Amino acid sequence: MKPNLLQRGSAHLVAIVVSLIMVIPVYLILTNAFKSSAEASSMSAQLPTTLHWENFSTVIERGRLGTSFLNSMLYSSGSTIMATLFAAMAAHVLSRNPTRLNRFLYFFLIMGIALPINFFTLTRIMQITQLINTKAGMIILYSAIQIPFSVFLIYGFIDSVPRELDEAAIIDGCGPIQLFFRIILPLLTPVLVTAGILNFLGVWNDFILPLYFLNNSTHWPMTLAVYNFFGQYQQNWNLVSADILLTILPVIVIYLVGQRFILSGLSSGAVKG
Amino acid sequence: MNLQNRYPFYFVLPALTLYIVFFIIPNLSGIGLSFTDWNSYRSEINFTGLANFEKIFSQNEAYLNYFSNTLVFTISTSVLKLVLGLALALMLNQGVKRFVHLYRTMVYLPAVLPTLVVALIFRSILNPATGLLNTFLRSIGADALAKPWLVDPSIALWSVIGVDTWKGVGYIMVILLAGLQTIPREYYEAAEVDGANAWSRLRHITLPLLTPAVVVVTVLNILYGLRVFDIIYALTNGGPGYATEVLATGIFRAFSQGLYGLGTAITSIQFVILIVAGYLVIRLMQREPVRA
Repeated sequence: MKPNLLQRGSAHLVAIVVSLIMVIPVYLILTNAFKSSAEASSMSAQLPTTLHWENFSTVIERGRLGTSFLNSMLYSSGSTIMATLFAAMAAHVLSRNPTRLNRFLYFFLIMGIALPINFFTLTRIMQITQLINTKAGMIILYSAIQIPFSVFLIYGFIDSVPRELDEAAIIDGCGPIQLFFRIILPLLTPVLVTAGILNFLGVWNDFILPLYFLNNSTHWPMTLAVYNFFGQYQQNWNLVSADILLTILPVIVIYLVGQRFILSGLSSGAVKG
Repeated sequence: MNLQNRYPFYFVLPALTLYIVFFIIPNLSGIGLSFTDWNSYRSEINFTGLANFEKIFSQNEAYLNYFSNTLVFTISTSVLKLVLGLALALMLNQGVKRFVHLYRTMVYLPAVLPTLVVALIFRSILNPATGLLNTFLRSIGADALAKPWLVDPSIALWSVIGVDTWKGVGYIMVILLAGLQTIPREYYEAAEVDGANAWSRLRHITLPLLTPAVVVVTVLNILYGLRVFDIIYALTNGGPGYATEVLATGIFRAFSQGLYGLGTAITSIQFVILIVAGYLVIRLMQREPVRA
């Protein structure tokens, strides 16, 4: 079915319009971040008259972006590494040894994708374990939350690693730990990267958990910091834009660099159903 | 070495422990505590039976709004994202040959941004007086369309739905596009030879073969809608009044007010809704796949 020129032209037109609609809000932030406070008050799409680079240093200082950036980095990487490792270990055993118990445990873990978080009782548990309002607590909590989805992704992929490799390794004298870490884990790299990036972004962009569990502002990640900044500096849209821009910059970088993994991971996971 | 030794159970323990301690136990104990008057003001907890649930389902309180708003939000965003995502995916797959990757990158971009940030940006865009949207509408003479998007209770929820659709449609499109790309060209060519037009090709080839992807997309949309928080909280914080209050924001409100028993009761209802919805859709997923 070859579309004629008119059909293709109009399809391109629609695609361009839609793409612009998607990108305009980001463009808005980009331009307004450089404006003076007066210019930015209407948040128009016009270009700034001069580039006020000092907005960024103001925002980094007053919005405590340095601290919050490090916090976001800590929570995202810490939890992603822990969750992905634990999920891979679990998926490996549950998939390779499909006993009735293990199959039940797989569905038990997957159920978590659909379940809500009960913040009230969870708060109580965080208090009991002394993890409330701590950075370590956030990392552990985020890990727990990533487990269901990570197990799902990795479990679906593990079958593509042939069991013959396991046999060969065992014959060569590998114990279970060596088998997993030396043989299986390296072969899981594609799905680990996909799961890792998706989870990393999910934690980086998260807002609700720090809102509930972090009262100490020095522990805040970037999402909470930017929300707080917005509350304070609502009138200065140039500063708010600069703050938002710096907050989304890491995300955009990760997206542009890792989009192959993100998009392919989503696609394969979804299409297989 | 038998299977038990080669794949020892302790490998599962770290993941299982985290999951049970921080996910399952809170949810299950929460169900029990829904029947109490647990709050932040007194340390003793009393059993109160169905008191919380009576309050939630009573006509005098605002709690029923949480459910209706959540339902409207979930269904609307699911339908919008599916239809628009499908339209975009079809267009990118069949109409546009070059630049597909570029368009896809741009359309997916909003999906990777923090929802909170998207909400803050749109608070500015939807400002009735100076926001970009109304300024644009007035500049093309459509003054009547320049509404008070987030301030008018009758349209606030729809504005939020619009923003959420904007953010989420790229994600849905990517999944559907991948599904479309698995449909072999030969089917379309054979259908064309047989004289099928575009509409019937869509109905009889595309949609049936796309069913798995559509199911996945619908599950994701429903699970998201029932638990949505960030976008509502940052755009309107449930307002004006309770016009945009959903389950998750209502729960947070109860949390802030120290009404733990009540909040847990709402969470437990949400838990049941999610389990039922999740189960139903998974049953749908296990239907016989389409044989081409």
